[in-house]
Amino acid sequence: MKYRSVFDIIGPVMVGPSSSHTAGAARIGLMAGKLFGRTPRLAHITFYGSFADTYRGHGTDVAIVGGIMGFDTFDLRIPQALDIAKQRGIEVVFETSDALTDHPNTARVHLEDEDGTFEIVGISIGGGTIEITELNGFPLKLSGGGPALVVLHHDRFGAIAAVTGILARHELNIGHMEVSRHEKGKQALMAIEIDEHLSKDVLAEIERLPQIERVAIFGE
Amino acid sequence: MFKSVEELVRTATERGIPISEVMIEQEVHVRRSTREEVVGMMERNLEVMEEAVARALEGVTSVTGLTGNDAVLMTDYIRSGKSLAGDLILDAVAKAIGTNEVNAAMGRICATPTAGSAGVVPGTLFAVKERLEMDRDAMVRYLFTSGAFGFVVANNASISGAAGGCQAEVGSATGMAAAAIVEAAGGTPEQSATAFAIALKNMLGLVCDPVAGLVEVPCVKRNAMGGANAIVAADMALAGITSRIPCDEVISAMHEIGQMMPTALKETARGGLANTPTARRLERNIFGEKENVQK
Repeated sequence: MKYRSVFDIIGPVMVGPSSSHTAGAARIGLMAGKLFGRTPRLAHITFYGSFADTYRGHGTDVAIVGGIMGFDTFDLRIPQALDIAKQRGIEVVFETSDALTDHPNTARVHLEDEDGTFEIVGISIGGGTIEITELNGFPLKLSGGGPALVVLHHDRFGAIAAVTGILARHELNIGHMEVSRHEKGKQALMAIEIDEHLSKDVLAEIERLPQIERVAIFGE
Repeated sequence: MFKSVEELVRTATERGIPISEVMIEQEVHVRRSTREEVVGMMERNLEVMEEAVARALEGVTSVTGLTGNDAVLMTDYIRSGKSLAGDLILDAVAKAIGTNEVNAAMGRICATPTAGSAGVVPGTLFAVKERLEMDRDAMVRYLFTSGAFGFVVANNASISGAAGGCQAEVGSATGMAAAAIVEAAGGTPEQSATAFAIALKNMLGLVCDPVAGLVEVPCVKRNAMGGANAIVAADMALAGITSRIPCDEVISAMHEIGQMMPTALKETARGGLANTPTARRLERNIFGEKENVQK
């Protein structure tokens, strides 16, 4: 089931005008910004489908940039996000594409600075709920059946055991798990679907592990 | 988790509890939270809804100027005592319009189930609360009942205009409100399902064709009519009228219609009202000549 909470339906509290095109976009931006972990020098955003056709009218542009800077869906600074980004030295580029995507509301967010680049593809499926379908070139196939933990880490022995060990200690059951990497010894990704609610403490504990670069949670 | 309206109604009926309670219990379970916390979260959403309506009644205009101040006009008209449709329905209309005017002005609202359809549920709630003598607890329950029906629609069909047209947004919101009114009025869970079915049946096929791609025209007025539709559907169910097509099948039909609907009518601003000469002129005035003109 894609929607698990009544607050996906009665909520989110948000700055208008569109839950899918404004709040959903902010959440895609938030996810990108959180996983990048610092202020980018460049944010290159590509809109597809309905996002490409209507992004200016829906404030999709300001919402996604606000999200990248950490503004949540209800943050009243969202309408001014492009000006604020300029003040913070973030160069913002928007591109529209008529490439066919699986979902009409699709955005690709590419972030970079002198230390590296990061890219996610997000879809906004309605009512402010989003899914991330691709992360740094890794396809993500989350069933949406439960909250999912996404961990970017160094491809090194013990990383997977360390993360799953923490989950086990907190008595959190794994429903589905995927691991992928581009190249041996470089960046790798774990996507772990969990049956239960995940607390911030567990997240912080995983983030402190030496092999871990970034951790985020989806579907909460 | 309940997967259908049938299952939701059966659970509530067998246990002798309202639909809102089934929703609260499920949320507490999914969140591994407490009842107090879950109810408290919904109370905060209710406060956002109240603030939005209060702001609208002071008068608000969108950035483009396409929408605004109609909630004030309607409220003044009700006060004049000349209304034909009845004050309660028009009060819902005024407050549904108001919420969506605030939304269009990039103000803060609570999506129910989406921002474009955020007026129907709070608009009807604030209109019926005095007549039904609803206290704070009953108002919060209203939102849980609405949410329970929206939850089934979101998982079995869609609540996205881009995926299913306006029937998925204002249509869903209208059904949700109708079901919640029935519970607040003391109707049975079965009657809530009937009210939802009647309301959504009359929204089937509604396309999403926003002028210039903005959540303004016709969204604000569709929320108004959604509010009116919800109250009438609730009254029909409370009168004992039933729906020949069961609620879950109406939801499936909505989903099927959404999938058959051309992309031009699903939040792309390519067809319908968005493609009228006036809409194209408004679009050029707002955005200039460059974009969206060749479509």
